[in-house]
Amino acid sequence: MTSKPLKQIHLAAHFPGVNNTTVWSDPAAGSHIDFDSFVHFARTAERARFDFLFLAEGLRLREQGGQIYDLDVVGRPDTFTVLAALAAVTERLGLTGTINSTFNEPYEVARQFATLDHLSEGRAAWNVVTSWDAFTGENFRRGGFLPREERYSRAKEFLETANGLFDSWNGTEIAADPGAGVFLRDARAGAFAHRGQHFDIEGRFNVPRSPQGRPVIFQAGDSDEGREFAASSADAIFGRDGTLEAGRAFYADVKGRLAKYGRTHDELKILPAATFVLGDTDAEAHEIAHEVRRRQVSGQTAIKFLEHVWNRDLSAYDPDGPLPDIDPEVGENTVALGRASVRQFRDPLETARQWRRLAEAKNLSIRELVISTTADQTFVGSAATVAEQIDTLVQADAADGFILVPHITPGGLDDFADTVVPLLQERGVFRTEYAGTTLRDHLGLDVPRPASGRQTVAS
Amino acid sequence: MSSFPPASTSASASAFTSASSAPLHLGVALDGAGRHPAAWREPGARPGELFTARYWAGLAAEAETGLLDFVSFEDSLTLQSSPADGPEGPDGPDGRTDRVRGRLDAVLVAARVAPLTRHIGLVPAVTATHTEPFHISKAIATLDHVSRGRAGLWIQVSGLPDEARHFGRRTGPLEEAELHAEAADHVEVIRRLWDSWEDDAEIRDVATGRFVDRDKLHYIDFEGRHFSVRGPSITPRPPQGQPVVGASGDGEASYALVARSTDVGYVPAHDGDGTRAAVAAIRRAREATGLAAQPLHLFGDLTVFLDADAPAAAARLERLDALAGLPYGGGGAVFTGSPGELADLLLERREAGLSGFVLRPGVIGHDLPAITRDLVPELQRRGVFRRAYEADTLRGLLGLDRPANRYAAHPAA
Repeated sequence: MTSKPLKQIHLAAHFPGVNNTTVWSDPAAGSHIDFDSFVHFARTAERARFDFLFLAEGLRLREQGGQIYDLDVVGRPDTFTVLAALAAVTERLGLTGTINSTFNEPYEVARQFATLDHLSEGRAAWNVVTSWDAFTGENFRRGGFLPREERYSRAKEFLETANGLFDSWNGTEIAADPGAGVFLRDARAGAFAHRGQHFDIEGRFNVPRSPQGRPVIFQAGDSDEGREFAASSADAIFGRDGTLEAGRAFYADVKGRLAKYGRTHDELKILPAATFVLGDTDAEAHEIAHEVRRRQVSGQTAIKFLEHVWNRDLSAYDPDGPLPDIDPEVGENTVALGRASVRQFRDPLETARQWRRLAEAKNLSIRELVISTTADQTFVGSAATVAEQIDTLVQADAADGFILVPHITPGGLDDFADTVVPLLQERGVFRTEYAGTTLRDHLGLDVPRPASGRQTVAS
Repeated sequence: MSSFPPASTSASASAFTSASSAPLHLGVALDGAGRHPAAWREPGARPGELFTARYWAGLAAEAETGLLDFVSFEDSLTLQSSPADGPEGPDGPDGRTDRVRGRLDAVLVAARVAPLTRHIGLVPAVTATHTEPFHISKAIATLDHVSRGRAGLWIQVSGLPDEARHFGRRTGPLEEAELHAEAADHVEVIRRLWDSWEDDAEIRDVATGRFVDRDKLHYIDFEGRHFSVRGPSITPRPPQGQPVVGASGDGEASYALVARSTDVGYVPAHDGDGTRAAVAAIRRAREATGLAAQPLHLFGDLTVFLDADAPAAAARLERLDALAGLPYGGGGAVFTGSPGELADLLLERREAGLSGFVLRPGVIGHDLPAITRDLVPELQRRGVFRRAYEADTLRGLLGLDRPANRYAAHPAA
């Protein structure tokens, strides 16, 4: 055999959150707030030897048509607080949280992540996201102060500033020598200064260097700016999707950007989010997947989704009938607030025309159209089929692994852990035991050295 | 130094015991290796472990074996400093290398120990001055969810210029009264957000396809001098409804905050007269807010050095002072003596209008076990302290009812 060694797959688990992916009407659906749900989910992920658990974040309840959106799971606990508590009931699992860089300040966030890294003995990761959204800003001191075009510049500078704080202790300052009476070897421990466009701060960071030096940095975002930000600054990126061709193109593009930042191919992991449906046979899995899709997209949900494109009240339409023949309302005001998906329809008139053509050609109702055009399940089949699909995509460089998004809280990962993981282990592409203790160990990432010198000054 | 003289006789204590059988409430305030700056140098202080979960989990477990009402975790958004001896001026961090420097975020420490404890309240310190009430509200609500109803918070303000420079948002420090007014607004927002979900807002009504009843989710629409917040929270109402809010009542500027915003005020327990005056001032301020009908605990705040007898405790404090190079002057009230003498003092001092105490161990490794293993049994013998946890929530331990939701529609009268 002369084939190259098999790539090792990275797997993570996204706690089923507030969107219509999560099926709350299933009798197996439990609480998405009760801490027991988080414990069950995290322990399942750790039992399966996953790299990490992932928590999303939201800072304002979604609204549609001027009212709080009530059809999906809504409400969630605070990211940092849940992750810190989960550190007590797990030993190896990475703990990744989305934290918005727009409605936070670097000193506080750096402090929270450094603390989480200490309290978990090196398992913290930060998915850096940004917002310009005045709607969300109404819950914060500064309001919606950020011009949309400055999103990435603030995020990038936020991260640079936080890195400066993480690096303000190099890890050798604490002597804690009672006999000599020396607690700190270096009286200037934690000194920092950052002067830039968005942040002008200085002083002393008050959390000593944590086991990973810095949390692992994740970034999500598919725009050119987002890819560049990830290539320059992130340890892992949520990939575009789990299909072979699009995945490979994205993978090649983003990894190809690393060299200009002096980074190697392995220093950025590409981990697309992926859903899955398992059955005893492939046929059974497809049947279940069909039913899951119908639960995820009720008639009401389909109408509400269509309103994202039409940007007008469509509640009078029959979800089992044809698409509206009126055109979308184009303007500044949006019917749906606080939903990322709204922004993906940049040309609603054209989207509506395409969808009408598709619906007429295939004789689809509104609900059927929405089911067929919104993201389908990524992996569907028996455990053997799904293991094969995942391994194929990773070995083909469409991804380095996947962040799995189950559709049931909190037991949606159980079958995967019990049936697919052992098959991946048999193939020799997934660990049977953790090799290290930190998330950087799991992901094969080095602990970053503190930047030399304490002063970080953005140009 | 404001050390107490050893309490007079145990006879006086028994008088109080018989006169007042109301249970005493006790919390401990934890910070680093202890309140004394040389605490970290004591045997058993474990200074190399101050940034580990193991250390904090061990302290919370020890406090829980003593059946204490709560443990609080000190915090700040700046590096510790000794007043007035910094090379960067009185407001900047000092250049000392002989004291504990660095601390972990208190809310996360509390969350980390929550699953490892079952009964004890968890009260992290939170600085209102530089934080977002929206974030703090959901963090404490979540601490309440993960601890199943044992969360509190100790709200504090910071007028330190060096701390403001860590955030860069404010050009000048606020006046002390304004800092406290802002903190009161902060707490008001936090509390409204806790109520912004009615308890039964989540309905999961398959028939109508509705997960929540949006009529039971409420905008809070707070408008204040320093921030406005729309709401609702993203986190459902916590198990206690309202986690327990506390603040220090140390001087006029803080009394209005304690009176208007808290369930527990912490008053320095210097002496009977001073404590009585502070209690009276806070009670008057409470009357003025119209909240007098709602219970407000006032706790004495006291640093303790506990040993077999008063001379031993005094000698230990002397030894610590020698290590630190100066006499202890933590700013608060200080007790040295035996657990029996401390029990006397607590029972005597509570007659000033206190319902409990928060004790700050001078040396955590020494004085925390002295509290849990010596003081508590002494108080139990006198019939003034619980022998088992009698409630599952912090509000329950403090005898506070679960409050009604301010936004819930009242049944038609």
